[in-house]
Amino acid sequence: MPPSVLLSFVVVLVVILWSLLPALFTSYSAVTANPADKFLGPGAQHWLGTDDLGRDEFARVVYGARSSVGTALVAVAIGLFAGGLIGLLAGFIGGWVDAVLGRLVDTLLAIPGFLLAVVVVTGLGFTTLNAAIATGIASVAIFARLMRAETLKVRHSVFVESSYLQGGSRSSVLFRHVLPNAYRSVVALAVLQLGNAIIVIAALAFLGYGSPPPASDWGLLVAAGQNDATAPWLVYGPAIVIVITVLSINRISRWLRKTS
Amino acid sequence: MATENKLKTGDGPAVNGFAAAPAQPATLLSVDGLTVAYGDQTVVHDVSFELARGQSLALIGESGSGKTTIARTVLRLLPPEARVRSGRIQFNRQDVLGLGERQFRPLRGRELGFVPQDPSNALNAVRTIGSQALEAAALLPDGDAAARRERVLETFRQVGLTDPDRVWKSYPHQLSGGMLQRVLIGLAVLPRPALIVADEPTSGLDVTIQKRILDLFAELQESLGIGLLFITHDLAVAAERADSLVVLKDGVIQERGPAARVFAAPTSEYARELQADVPAVNPDRYRSAGPGQAQSQPTSGPSQIEVRSLSKTFATGNRTVRAVDDISFSVRRGSTHALVGESGSGKTTAARLLLGLEQPDAGEIMIGDQSVRAHSRGQWRTLRRHLQLVYQNPFTSLDPTWRLERIVREPLDRYHVGGQAERADRVKEVLDAVGLPDSLLRRRPTHLSGGQRQRVAIARALVLRPDVVVLDEPTSALDVTVQAGIIELLFRLQRELGLTYLFVSHDLSLVRQLADTVSVLQGGRVVEDGPVQQIFTRPRHRYTEALLDAIPALPR
Repeated sequence: MPPSVLLSFVVVLVVILWSLLPALFTSYSAVTANPADKFLGPGAQHWLGTDDLGRDEFARVVYGARSSVGTALVAVAIGLFAGGLIGLLAGFIGGWVDAVLGRLVDTLLAIPGFLLAVVVVTGLGFTTLNAAIATGIASVAIFARLMRAETLKVRHSVFVESSYLQGGSRSSVLFRHVLPNAYRSVVALAVLQLGNAIIVIAALAFLGYGSPPPASDWGLLVAAGQNDATAPWLVYGPAIVIVITVLSINRISRWLRKTS
Repeated sequence: MATENKLKTGDGPAVNGFAAAPAQPATLLSVDGLTVAYGDQTVVHDVSFELARGQSLALIGESGSGKTTIARTVLRLLPPEARVRSGRIQFNRQDVLGLGERQFRPLRGRELGFVPQDPSNALNAVRTIGSQALEAAALLPDGDAAARRERVLETFRQVGLTDPDRVWKSYPHQLSGGMLQRVLIGLAVLPRPALIVADEPTSGLDVTIQKRILDLFAELQESLGIGLLFITHDLAVAAERADSLVVLKDGVIQERGPAARVFAAPTSEYARELQADVPAVNPDRYRSAGPGQAQSQPTSGPSQIEVRSLSKTFATGNRTVRAVDDISFSVRRGSTHALVGESGSGKTTAARLLLGLEQPDAGEIMIGDQSVRAHSRGQWRTLRRHLQLVYQNPFTSLDPTWRLERIVREPLDRYHVGGQAERADRVKEVLDAVGLPDSLLRRRPTHLSGGQRQRVAIARALVLRPDVVVLDEPTSALDVTVQAGIIELLFRLQRELGLTYLFVSHDLSLVRQLADTVSVLQGGRVVEDGPVQQIFTRPRHRYTEALLDAIPALPR
């Protein structure tokens, strides 16, 4: 494993631990105001400085990981399972099933993902989870397409035909032979989509289509940081965390695609 | 020139062989102490041989023996990760390895021709043959485009392309494999090289075309005085076609000398083994009794497979192809019937119809006492329990994500045979029968050799204890010695389990070893059928004769 991939795994592991056990990484609270310490620059005491209410910015980032990264996982899970199932059935059954599912996927692709997400959040309510569900629905089409292509490739291979000759039923062939051989590149895509989902969810939060303050979604932190020109670290801190996280995830995805 | 002297004295038999030629010819190519490594792995180890002008030499070995690496070293076409550790290659008294790329380039293509293994990959698919031929003709010293075109067409005629103008205008996909190989040979001989290196030039071609290509090489060698370095895994072909042989195993020379001597009386153990495994040498190797005995047994007893007037037409675009046209044959229980023919003869389609993988347009198939016409999916499932298939290529017929134990157990699982313990026992039993150790049970196919994979495929086909096994060229993807092991295994299993085989093949010498009865197919029709001995000794049809003729004639 190349060192850059190893480093990327470390970054992603840390971010996941932030979202699971934030208290291990900071002793500060993400919500309690402490006006005496407001607008302190980054330093040994406060790694990313403090905001207008004197809250530690690093603690806000760490506690924000759960809703920023956790919801991105929800988004990818929706896309992976719904899209994977559609692609698997379309590719394996073929015929009119493929035609109908194919048009459904085309329709989904025709709607801009971001627009769809904004509409869904407006309809379902302003929470980050709803933003994630919307992002997931928008990515169903991409997963369905790749899964269909991979399924088609495996479906016509010799060992699949041979499994029918050995008495295999369609469902046994589908789940025992086709799926295990088709899922690899889809998983690599899922990792890539995770990075994408983090950015989309952060952008939605930045625009206010996520949970309202005092939540500390990364996108929301960047948005809030803009208000105070005297404290640029409030923008740079969370923004750099987003960039590093997404870059690491992309690196892992590329490595997975190459090795599978 | 000290090394050359040393080589000649060290290579006594070869010199004697060459002495039979009218005059002592000059050395064209000499390879001396060549060692080539990929990283830490040495693939060619201290190999020395030499080739005289106008003579032919065959490098023989199985996959991984280093024969292709040697050819690539001579042509300086080694991949960058390969390193020549030591040794010298002299071509026309020039040091091939010492020359700079700039000095070597004029040699490659002009003095040293190359004919690759797979003709369909060697030409650019989106350009006409003519435009690619002109590129090769640019190596010629003189003349304008028209003169060069004339030279190319003349060469095409020389290599037996009957309509060179059409070939000139064609794209590669419009020509057959045999024609493409002729084009490549033509392009290689165009600048009148002193040496042609041919890497398995016929391995992807049908037998009758293979024979014509090999004849062509012999002709060109004679008429143009071209030296030929010929790489093959087929000892019989090499023995028939080459003046001298170099037998390689794991990058080390096992034996070398004049072809007739090496083939008739091999001294090294490996060469003896190779020779014994050539099907054409020992047609009766697997028959316990004499030839008469082999037929008297299967002609009695009930028939296991009965095929009557089977037809199948495929429609591709606006063309229809009669893949199988009114084929009939029957196979006695416990015997082996062979369907023989070249690509497009319908032999594979006939087998697929039998297995229910395609539906026939007309005709009837009986397996045992059951007609298989218009069976439902469920009825096919019952039928297939007794009807199994071993595929041609064990590299694609096993699921790469499964472990060996699960692959072999799959048919038992699908047919719900016995309990867990019984299934495990039967898997062990059948693996034992095909000669695979238990230690491989947890391996995935990617960690098995080709021969082991084919044994797994055979085990999987036998685990349900079927009556009929269809063998679709079961050894054509395997090396000769591996092939011999598989054939031996099939024979033993047939004897022990009373299996009926339908054997699909293009290799007549293998058919003679394995089958009791034969149907010879051409263009979807049976042109001749009968007992193996009769077909082989008294063929009635011209096509059968042509096929028989293509079996390498062995030097005696």
